[in-house]
Amino acid sequence: MRVERSAPAGMAWLLIAGLAVFMLVMAGCGSSSDSSSSDELTEVGAGEGQLNLIAWAGYVEPQWTKPFEQQTGCKVNAKVAGTSDEMVQLMRSGQYDGVSASGNATARLFEGGDVAPVNVDLIPNYETVFDDLKDQPYNTFDDKPYGIPHGRGANLLMWNKNDVTPAPDSWDVMLDPEKAAAYKGKISAYDDPIYIADAGMYLKFHQPDLGIEDPYELNDEQFNAAVDLLKQQRQNVGEYWSDAAKQIASFTNENSTVGTTWQYQYFALTGDNQPMSASPASQGFLPKEGATGWSDTWMISNVAEHPNCMYKWMDWIVSPKANAQVAEYFGEAPAQSKACDFTTDADFCDKYHAADEEFWKRVYYWKTPVADCGDGNSDCKDYNDWVQAWTTVKG
Amino acid sequence: MRLSRRSTILLRLAVAAGLAFIYIPLGILVLYAFNSSNILEWPPPGLTFDWFPRAIEDSGARDAFFTSIKVACVATSIAIILGTLASLAVARHRFFGRETISFLVLLPIALPGIVTGVALSDTFTQVLGIDLSLFTVVVGHATFCIVVVYNNVIARMRRLAGSLEEASADLGADPWQTFAYVTLPNLQTALVAGALLAFALSFDEIIVTTFTIGAAQETLPIWIFANLFRPNALPVVNVVAVIVILLSIIPVYFAHRLTREEGGTAATRGGTIEAEATAVP
Amino acid sequence: MQVGTLLAGPVGWLVIGYLGSLAVLLIASFWEVDPLSGEVVRNLSLTNFQTLIDEPVYRTIALRTIVIAGLVTVTDVLLALPIAFYMAKVASRRGKALLVVAVLLPLWSSYLVKVYSWRTILSENGPLNWLLDPLGLHGPGFGNVAVWLVMSYLWLPYMILPIYAGLERIPNSLISASEDLGARPGHTFRRVIMPLVFPAIVAGSIFTFSLTMGDYITPRLVSNNQFIGNVVFNNITNDLPLASAFAVVPILVMIGYLLVARRLGAFEHI
Repeated sequence: MRVERSAPAGMAWLLIAGLAVFMLVMAGCGSSSDSSSSDELTEVGAGEGQLNLIAWAGYVEPQWTKPFEQQTGCKVNAKVAGTSDEMVQLMRSGQYDGVSASGNATARLFEGGDVAPVNVDLIPNYETVFDDLKDQPYNTFDDKPYGIPHGRGANLLMWNKNDVTPAPDSWDVMLDPEKAAAYKGKISAYDDPIYIADAGMYLKFHQPDLGIEDPYELNDEQFNAAVDLLKQQRQNVGEYWSDAAKQIASFTNENSTVGTTWQYQYFALTGDNQPMSASPASQGFLPKEGATGWSDTWMISNVAEHPNCMYKWMDWIVSPKANAQVAEYFGEAPAQSKACDFTTDADFCDKYHAADEEFWKRVYYWKTPVADCGDGNSDCKDYNDWVQAWTTVKG
Repeated sequence: MRLSRRSTILLRLAVAAGLAFIYIPLGILVLYAFNSSNILEWPPPGLTFDWFPRAIEDSGARDAFFTSIKVACVATSIAIILGTLASLAVARHRFFGRETISFLVLLPIALPGIVTGVALSDTFTQVLGIDLSLFTVVVGHATFCIVVVYNNVIARMRRLAGSLEEASADLGADPWQTFAYVTLPNLQTALVAGALLAFALSFDEIIVTTFTIGAAQETLPIWIFANLFRPNALPVVNVVAVIVILLSIIPVYFAHRLTREEGGTAATRGGTIEAEATAVP
Repeated sequence: MQVGTLLAGPVGWLVIGYLGSLAVLLIASFWEVDPLSGEVVRNLSLTNFQTLIDEPVYRTIALRTIVIAGLVTVTDVLLALPIAFYMAKVASRRGKALLVVAVLLPLWSSYLVKVYSWRTILSENGPLNWLLDPLGLHGPGFGNVAVWLVMSYLWLPYMILPIYAGLERIPNSLISASEDLGARPGHTFRRVIMPLVFPAIVAGSIFTFSLTMGDYITPRLVSNNQFIGNVVFNNITNDLPLASAFAVVPILVMIGYLLVARRLGAFEHI
């Protein structure tokens, strides 16, 4: 059977052209409707029966959500997000009640009008949260708290004791092109635009003439210096990691011997008798430049369908027992000062420096880079620039 | 085909190498389901059965598994209906733009999943104002599954003589009767084969799903993805994967039975091949 | 039955649902974005395409993706041909059935878990180096080679099945005729079998090529390199217009590929 060729291409183009016009019209009409009901709750009522959360892996686990569900009748549905970008993306869908946002997402969520201020009077456990976690630039906007601190951690320098000698006391082992070359292909760096801040922090210490104050507020010159440093580092990086499991496997299998890590991976590896080390007490637990870190915040959506359940959750997650459980499970310092009495490992809070204010003073918590960096000038690189630069760093 | 002894040996070696390539990673996957440590190190420090009860008790995995089955079933049903309709039109009618249909049907699977995913999720959320849910996942899956049904059915339709249907019409059957009593019975095996492939495609799909799934739902691949990055959950994920492979033997066996029943021609052809192969000097 | 009735459903679904969505994506690629909130500003402009052209890294990434997709396709053809040929023309009936099942089974095991399994195999202290070490060799580690290997692995069944079906369609009498006329097996293979099975190979290549081009998870797990999918994925939240603009690259490549494939008669073999 022979089929004569009708003009298929012509037909296809006609269809596509017609569609394009149709869609243009549709797109023009369907502009986003901004519902800015950013009023805070004045009283917590009965739970709505459901709670939709976006969380980091390990933040919402049965051990502490089951009792919450039993007490409040709010069934918890958690969506695990892999990156801060994903969290912002998911929050924009308007389908979630809350999110455990890190500092590099909070300002974007605030600016995008995705989150509502939190009335901390309705959260009894907020009272005993560590003071140095309250009213921080990454969780307070327009002088109003926009979330409840969940826990915090520092990005540690970790190395394999057998391969890296003498023990480094500076990030130069990863970032100084000459020193890092000794570990070419074995360096493990964090895979996120926010990692540019690590280079910023390094330059702040080693090249004071650049005038870097805050590694998240970089002008053209400072930013380019940081990005160039990372491009040089790229030659020596063995793996960019974005999830804990991946990095643990890499250090176990000797794909990586030195890198930036979270406390969680460090203790998981040492717990498995791997020869890992991180900056010891003699170095103040951090390399001499300090470290970047994160402090996560539970934020409530301004279109939350289940606001009462969300308030109950924010109180629950900083209650001493639950906060201890989540901190131990995930491997981070709890936000709740009373949590330290409930950890199964009595030394847990010491290991993670939970109450060690001196330690945390040397940690630069992640925050969203914005053009307007405080001094009235808007000459800083914004997050979009960071994302694009990160693409060029990785190549 | 008559092959020299040397060619036969070489061919067998190539096949063995290909199968080894396919099965060694699967073997490693199975091995790590029994890993006593939850860190992926080689060789595994010890073996244990402990993860199996953990996986079976895991309600998240179980729910996700049934969600996936549900999504795959609905998406496959839609794909069967749309794919069959399109193939009937193309195989039995001539019309303007007929050649474009196979192009159109193929496009969703030929374009990268991330393109399909982003395009659909944008359209749902930004243009149509529909919240993402299992419904939107089904729409995405059905779109790229149409092609497998379409192709299986259209291949069968080409082999199927149109005269059968004409005879039915001549004998006074209306189009529906012809379809129900003549065409459909002949399409049965092609439909099942297409449906199975569509089901498999939907069941393991992750990229389009990631972009189109709503807040409170998880399909199995999404659950696996989340748990790969969750502390302490790796062996459980491997166990779940092994259980799925074991369960998948059922549909694969079913498909195999079906193709065997598909008429004597294949069997006799197989027979002659066998005869030829053994006739090699 | 009327053609219109038959086609209304499928064509409506694909044109309005699917092509419509693609049109939305295309339109978004001409928009801009507010730097801080990441909210889309609906001003038509060509800035995104300008960025993609000006910044050499995007060209490198596009090129890398296309080259690896090509390599994966060629590798899969080479691996699939002997298996498919053995299945279709040499194996006994039982052997054939077993092989079909053996090739289909991996399609049912989770894609992600398979990639993770490869991570273990290729890791520094993994099984591959454990095997190669005594021979004084070393595995490829993570990188482009790993991506190429893993992708070839993942998509191999999608190549074997169409080629097998294509070979099954070649009547044995044709092969016998060639042999009776004195052609040696190699000659028969090149001059009789290959031309007939070629469209089926092209059909399989549509899958291997497009699946490689769209994957962003495998590159992230077994290499440090970015592929088109990674850039699209990384920009979706913060700069959807740029992500959409970059997504146009694989769309154009695949449409070109499909047009050529159709000319080669591949559409009958999918």
